[in-house]
Amino acid sequence: MKKDYVMGNSAIALGALSAGVKVVCGYPGTPSTEIIETIFRVPHDNVHLEWSVNEKVAMEVATSAAYSGARSLVTMKQVGLNVASDPLMSLAYVGVKGGMVIVVADDPGPISSQTEQDTRAFANFCRIPVFDPASPEQAFQMVQDAFLYSEKYHTPVILRPTTRVCHAYASIEFNENYCVKPYEGFVKDSSKWVIFPKLSFANHAMIEKRNVTIGNDFSSYKFNCVTNAKASSKKAVIATGDSYAYAKEALLENQEITLIQVGTPHPLPENFLLKALEGIDDVLCIEELSPYIENEVLRLCGKHHLKLNVYGKNTSHVALSGENSVQSVKRSINKFLGIDKTDDIAFENIPNLPIRPPVLCAGCPHRAAFYAVKVAMKNKKSYFCGDIGCYTLGNAKPLDMVDTCLCMGGGVTMSQGFNFVDKEATSFAFIGDSTFFASGLTGVVNAVYNEANVIICILDNSTTAMTGHQPHPGTGFNLMGNFVDKVDISKVLEGIGVNTIVTVNPLDFKASVDAVKDCASIKGVKVIIFKAPCISIVKPHKPVKFTQKCNSCRVCIKKLGCPAIIMNEGKVAIDTSLCVGCNLCAQICPRKSIEESKCE
Amino acid sequence: MNKDILICGVGGQGTVLASKLIASAAMSENNIVHSAETIGMAQRGGSVTSHVRIGQNAFSPLIPDHCADLILSFEPAEAVRNLKFLKKDGAVIVNSQPIKPITETLDNTGYDGSNMIEYLKQNCKTCIVVDGKYFSDNLGSSKFFNIAILGVACGANKLGLDKDSLIKQIETKVKEKFVEVNKKAFELGIKIGEQNAA
Repeated sequence: MKKDYVMGNSAIALGALSAGVKVVCGYPGTPSTEIIETIFRVPHDNVHLEWSVNEKVAMEVATSAAYSGARSLVTMKQVGLNVASDPLMSLAYVGVKGGMVIVVADDPGPISSQTEQDTRAFANFCRIPVFDPASPEQAFQMVQDAFLYSEKYHTPVILRPTTRVCHAYASIEFNENYCVKPYEGFVKDSSKWVIFPKLSFANHAMIEKRNVTIGNDFSSYKFNCVTNAKASSKKAVIATGDSYAYAKEALLENQEITLIQVGTPHPLPENFLLKALEGIDDVLCIEELSPYIENEVLRLCGKHHLKLNVYGKNTSHVALSGENSVQSVKRSINKFLGIDKTDDIAFENIPNLPIRPPVLCAGCPHRAAFYAVKVAMKNKKSYFCGDIGCYTLGNAKPLDMVDTCLCMGGGVTMSQGFNFVDKEATSFAFIGDSTFFASGLTGVVNAVYNEANVIICILDNSTTAMTGHQPHPGTGFNLMGNFVDKVDISKVLEGIGVNTIVTVNPLDFKASVDAVKDCASIKGVKVIIFKAPCISIVKPHKPVKFTQKCNSCRVCIKKLGCPAIIMNEGKVAIDTSLCVGCNLCAQICPRKSIEESKCE
Repeated sequence: MNKDILICGVGGQGTVLASKLIASAAMSENNIVHSAETIGMAQRGGSVTSHVRIGQNAFSPLIPDHCADLILSFEPAEAVRNLKFLKKDGAVIVNSQPIKPITETLDNTGYDGSNMIEYLKQNCKTCIVVDGKYFSDNLGSSKFFNIAILGVACGANKLGLDKDSLIKQIETKVKEKFVEVNKKAFELGIKIGEQNAA
């Protein structure tokens, strides 16, 4: 056995490897990304590992493994499940042979996501089991258990960690000598593997009956457990996910309250809960995102005529949105117990703190692309549709170049919608290379087919930057460790039938502005590929130099908002620890007072 | 041992390595350790924190309010931002060198961290102010401040960890070609810490 101090996501990866997983697929997304990155880093002989182009694809690739009896793991963030929901809904009906665990990382807060959706509710919607770990240690155990339940009941199973489980660190002990679990291979049987209304009808009834059985089975599962149980206790707290860890810590001072963990929210372990709630008059449900367990307990009360007062989000004892914490749980418990206690405030009159919104890095080529479009379209009515990735940060002042951001790939198609409702304006879409492959392609086909007049700017920095530089089809490297042919974005567009395709280095300011102006004067679908690598994947150039000619007019600061240009004792200066010598500021300086960095 | 240590700064300052070294040194001394990091959007020039929790009663990966024994701050305002985590009699070790966010540069408010340092000195029972410039002048780069501040904490007896167990972790966890300069940073920090030990 080996003991390692690892991140929750790594614990999930090691758990899946220990369970003999054969196929691992996913798409990067905070807070789930490090699961696949861990598997890539540690020995994983005979495992097929891939960054799929999106979550739907990942789910489908893994499905074939599951049909063949092999164990598979699919990873994504919560919004990724929306993309993958089409195959998953059907797969829930068809079922699996080999264990299939779908890790969907939820993000209460949200800390780096578009939504605060609750994957437990999604699992209920799909009628499949879901495990909800409270810590990296539990996540390691649960992912292995999830494979067993998946095979026992022939169903895909979701493991739903939240950010604080994914990104927490703990010591994990595991057997280093893991290997792929042997599997039978695909056995053809069209009555089983081809979804038809008749099959869905039959399986739907089977699934509902089966879920009752799973609920009973879960009632003796080790992570559905009671602590602090006392015969005299009339009050209980039910907590799920990381809220259980917070409640456990909050209740260290109060051993009179029964604490109940529900580690498998769906199917609900009814018998376990009925027994745990015997003799209890009042129960407080502590959870993040939706009042999922709270509503389930209310359902249980109705079904079994329990005389139980249920408190939680529905009664304003727990916040409806955002994260929980030890102190928020303490507040909830105090309110539940009728204890009037205000929070201690240790520090008063705190001075105004500088705001630190996330910004594009110094030298980021996206800044140059946005600024070129801004200059080219000055005083012309334009719509700027953003997308999901680093370039969402183009919304920040002074660039202010993102008017909308909805979902992966949404900018490409939204720009078309704007064009159809306002023919006078020029509609732009900004999308990164990885996002283009994930879900931008079909939008371009739509634009060509439906005759949109749009300019699609592909910000090609040769990596998936926001989530930590994962390779994608355009990078020429995959997770099997192979160098492969790069999928050429320009050729793809040509094939679709885009007539105007311009590739330009965004750090060449004049050429970029000219390219935008040219495209704005042509009808049809135009694509500008702004191609320059992410600063994090190449060696930086020497910093630029501010010469004597600089009169600190601050134009560079006010136009670009580059974090490497700072004010020092009233003068504009360059932070040499941040500047990578992209030379954008030198090109826009009205007095030509910035000396360009020479390529080494 | 029970100890909660919060490490804070701005994305890119190397707070994660500092927290990893503390965690692994604490484990090498047979403690149970949990920790958590900010990862994601906040990394890009935003405020970042690492929470290191040593002891068997730490179930939450994040330090609850008013529980941190020590705040190691790589930037003046970030120390103030995270004061709600500090125990009444907890200690703060803070870099006096500010990192100016672009929002400040745009509005030209003149933020230089000095009012933050003043506030910390007046309101914290123990506040050790470290000049990051001293280390970058001596070590040739500001990149080694993360290890230097560990040295300061160690020298001032605020970590509760043995100096040698930290050095051992530097030797094993840091990239080989940077081990020597990081050890030097650590030793420089220890000297500063010893001068400030209560």
